[in-house]
Amino acid sequence: MIGIEHYVVVSAVLFVLGVLGIFLNRKNIIVILMAIELILLSVNINLVAFSAFLGDLTGQIFAMFVLTVAAGEAAIGLAILVIYFRGRGTIAVDDVNRMKG
Amino acid sequence: MIQTFAFYLFAILVIASGTLTILARNPVHSVLWLIVSFFNAAGLMVLVGAEFIAMLLVIVYVGAVAVLFLFVVMMLNIDFAELRAGFMKNFPLGIAIALVLLAELILGIGAYRAGALKLGTPDGTAAPMVGQSNIENIGALLYSEYLFLFETAGLILLVAMLGAIVLTHRERATAHRGHQNISKQVRRRPEDATVNTSPEVGKGVSL
Repeated sequence: MIGIEHYVVVSAVLFVLGVLGIFLNRKNIIVILMAIELILLSVNINLVAFSAFLGDLTGQIFAMFVLTVAAGEAAIGLAILVIYFRGRGTIAVDDVNRMKG
Repeated sequence: MIQTFAFYLFAILVIASGTLTILARNPVHSVLWLIVSFFNAAGLMVLVGAEFIAMLLVIVYVGAVAVLFLFVVMMLNIDFAELRAGFMKNFPLGIAIALVLLAELILGIGAYRAGALKLGTPDGTAAPMVGQSNIENIGALLYSEYLFLFETAGLILLVAMLGAIVLTHRERATAHRGHQNISKQVRRRPEDATVNTSPEVGKGVSL
C-alpha cells in the first residue's frame, strides 16, 4: 500500500538533493539553477501528493503557479547569466565580485 | 500491485537521476539527467491521478530545460570533439536508457489504465475526487475561484518575458546600411515629406 508518507519521503529526498547540489556545485551557476529546479520539483510533488491525499484540487492549482514562477525565474536567471557572460567572459561564481558584496 | 511497482520504479529513478544531475561533471549531462528526473516526477503525478499537472510538467519543464541546454552549449567552451570521442563507447548505454524509458512509459500507461492509486488515509477513508476528469475539475476551479491568481500568473510570465528581452537586447552601436529607425519611420507624416508647388511655365522646381 502506497501512502502519503512514500510521496513525502521521495519529495524530501529530492529536496535534500537539490540543496546538496547547490553546495556541491558552488562554482557552476548553471548547475545551481538546475538544483533550484530540483527543489521546486520536490515542492510540486508534495503539493500534488497532498492534493490527492486530501481530495482537494487547490494543491494542484498551486503547483501550477509554482510552475509559472519557476519558468519566469529560469528565464530571468538565464538572461542575467547571458549579460554577465557578455561582459566578463566567464560565469564562474567565484569571480562575481563586481558589486563588492 | 502494478501501481506499487510503478511507484517504486518512478521514485527510485527520480532520486537516482536527481543525484546524477548534481554529480555530473559535464553541465550538458546534468541537463539530460534533469530531464529524466522531470519525466519520472511526471510519472509519479500521473499515478495519483493528477495527469494535467504531469503533462504541464513535461511540456513546460522539458521545453524550458531544452532552452537551458541550448544556453549551456552556446555559452560554455564545450569541446565537441571530446564529446564525440566517447560516442561509440556510450552508444550501448544510450540504447539501454532509451529502452528503459520506453518500457517505463508503457508500464505507466498500464498502471494508469489499472486505475489511479488510492492513497490511504490514517482513518482509512480516502476522500474521492468529486466530478468528472482531472482536467475538467482543474479548469472549473481555475477559471472561477482562482481567476485573479490565474491572470496574475499570466502577468508574471509577461513581466519575465519582457525582462528577459530587455536584459539581453543589444543595441548595435554602429548603424549599418539598411538599419531601420522604427520610431522615425512611424513619426513620418505626409506634410513633412511632400510639398505642392505650382511652377511657372519654363521654370524648374528647386528641390
